[in-house]
Amino acid sequence: MRVALFVTCLIDQLFPGVAEATVTVLRRCGIEPALVPEQTCCGQIAFNDGFWPESRTLARRHLDLFEGADAVVTPSGSCAAMVREFYSMLLQEDHNLTARAHHAGARTYELTEFLVDVLHRSDVGARFPHRVTYHASCHGLRGLGVRNQPLQLLSRVQDLELRTLDGVEECCGFGGMFAVKFAGLSGAMLETKMRAIEASGAEFVTATDASCLMHIDGGLRRQRSSVKALHVAEILASQ
Amino acid sequence: MVVTTTYDRRPTTVFPMTKRIDFEQNSEKALQNAPLQATLRTAMVRFRALRISAVEEIPDWQALRQHAHDTKAHALAHLDRYLEQLERQVTGAGGVVHWARDADEARNLITRLAGSSGRRVVKSKSMTTEEIELNDALEHAGCEVTETDLGEYLVQLAGERPAHIIAPVVHKSKEAIAALLSEKLGVPRYDDAQELTRVAREALRRKFLEADVGISGVNFAVAETGTIVVVENEGNARLATTLPRMHIAVMGIEKVIPRLADLDVFLTLLPRSATGQRMSSYVSFLTGPRRAGEADGPQELHLVLLDNGRTAIHADSSMRESLACIRCGACLNVCPVFERTAGHAYGSEYSGPIGAVLTPLFEGLDVAGDLPFASSLCGACGEVCPVKIELPRLLLELRSRVVRQRGAPVAERLFVWGWVNAMKSARRLAIAGKVARVVQRFMSAVHLPLPYPFSRWSASRELPTPPAKAFRERTL
Repeated sequence: MRVALFVTCLIDQLFPGVAEATVTVLRRCGIEPALVPEQTCCGQIAFNDGFWPESRTLARRHLDLFEGADAVVTPSGSCAAMVREFYSMLLQEDHNLTARAHHAGARTYELTEFLVDVLHRSDVGARFPHRVTYHASCHGLRGLGVRNQPLQLLSRVQDLELRTLDGVEECCGFGGMFAVKFAGLSGAMLETKMRAIEASGAEFVTATDASCLMHIDGGLRRQRSSVKALHVAEILASQ
Repeated sequence: MVVTTTYDRRPTTVFPMTKRIDFEQNSEKALQNAPLQATLRTAMVRFRALRISAVEEIPDWQALRQHAHDTKAHALAHLDRYLEQLERQVTGAGGVVHWARDADEARNLITRLAGSSGRRVVKSKSMTTEEIELNDALEHAGCEVTETDLGEYLVQLAGERPAHIIAPVVHKSKEAIAALLSEKLGVPRYDDAQELTRVAREALRRKFLEADVGISGVNFAVAETGTIVVVENEGNARLATTLPRMHIAVMGIEKVIPRLADLDVFLTLLPRSATGQRMSSYVSFLTGPRRAGEADGPQELHLVLLDNGRTAIHADSSMRESLACIRCGACLNVCPVFERTAGHAYGSEYSGPIGAVLTPLFEGLDVAGDLPFASSLCGACGEVCPVKIELPRLLLELRSRVVRQRGAPVAERLFVWGWVNAMKSARRLAIAGKVARVVQRFMSAVHLPLPYPFSRWSASRELPTPPAKAFRERTL
């Protein structure tokens, strides 16, 4: 099976450790992912903001670059959802592309769903002796149906104590441009999420999306909280 | 303390609304209102829990949702046929059907009908009558209008508009309601919800008995039998539609469903989605006015079929599914944005996620184009909609229309242009990334904020610390 790594623009530029952790975890499971050096961005941010022609440019590019892979794995629920859920909507006017979009969507996986549903692994040989709480990122949760997979994987991490998060499925308030266009609402949603994180007693908050974590971490550091944000991939790569 | 908010009225077709609904400003105001935030949070958390309990009892809930979705899609695909059948059946049962092209026509004909029967009107809750601003027209024509749904009654007393599709005073705390009743009715301030209800009921009972006309909405209209279905919890709709000599039922044309048997699924989905009830307290099946020999019922039954922009939505193939809405309010209750703003911020009687779709469609993108953007696209709404309206998709589609039709602020256009151009090749991205890191280091060294609107990030969050090297430089 030829597996390609879909890094995502955000992780490539701001959170490279997440990509490295993803590669580490895949290698431990016997997968050597192709890195596809020409990749850049799936176009989600432009799409969500209503700039569809601009987004199409990037979507077409993404489809071309990942054509050859049997499976495309990404440490991002929202980027996987973009390809699987929304590419066909974005590209519906071009009949040649809609078929390719469907095909690409069927082969694109968020990391935890790839590990559990495709590789049938829940134990990836990780150790992380800390109290961790899990936030269910919206696109992964509702777009892809990623609900149990991260929890299954985290439950098999040695010495990790999983703390439940109140309002686990409530949106953190990032939402792409929403975070700045409606900054008050975004901040208020973040405030609720942070209160739940603090109440959980966890040392770390984790999720499948670096975008959520960037937003949550930004808030935690502003409030000088001792809680740190860490991507699921980074926890799974720890030993 | 009484929190009073109002918003601009819906337009008639002659005078279009020109003032843009500034959701950002409205939401900021709501966020500053701490008592409102507390009241809403409590109410929404409770609604959510109730809905989940009720849904968990139905093992094939997902199948029911799909079935309802398909039934609505079918009814909408053959809307003309079913509306004509409905008209035949209602007429055959002794009722009169009126077709109202727009709010003006509806107001005029209802006012005429009400005036012909007498001046005292009782109303049960109807968002459609809110939509056409019926009460204003009736009062202007000299009618005395009393809202009999407790929440709507309170809204009427306060001189406001409803703040939620099914819970009109969700934005008011019990204390605020007690103060309102005390102020307007001259009664002591009660702490107990039961007492408050009793006070309102006593005030309303006389109105029911004296009314000449009862006006209601319609939850479902069955084409097969000409049956108007009204779902409620207080019994006020039952009284309003049967005691007065004239009953006027107002419905959006999209409310028609093909057969009586279809109600099985809808009446399972609606109360559980709306209030977490297995069944609402009263479900009324009204087929025509009182027949010869019957003891109950109005002498006259009038059904007003309202278009008011629905045909245009129907013709819009991407948007047609928004007409499947059965007005349960579930999407409002799970929405993290609605939870923090309530309905008035949306500038319309239709608020929350469905409002963010319908209001731009009804009012136009110039007026309501902000609303589809006022969402983090979390998808909670689409997940709970009992008729599987894909609300997040509709919001996204509307966003693309707004950008095409209205454009976007310069800063945003510049950002997207810059972003897409940087992403067109790996080499460009690598260079852009390096430049951005240099610029960021400089800006943070001299404590410069990000340009607007990105500066707003920093109102509540620290910026991420960029790494020394991007992944592509470390590995690719």
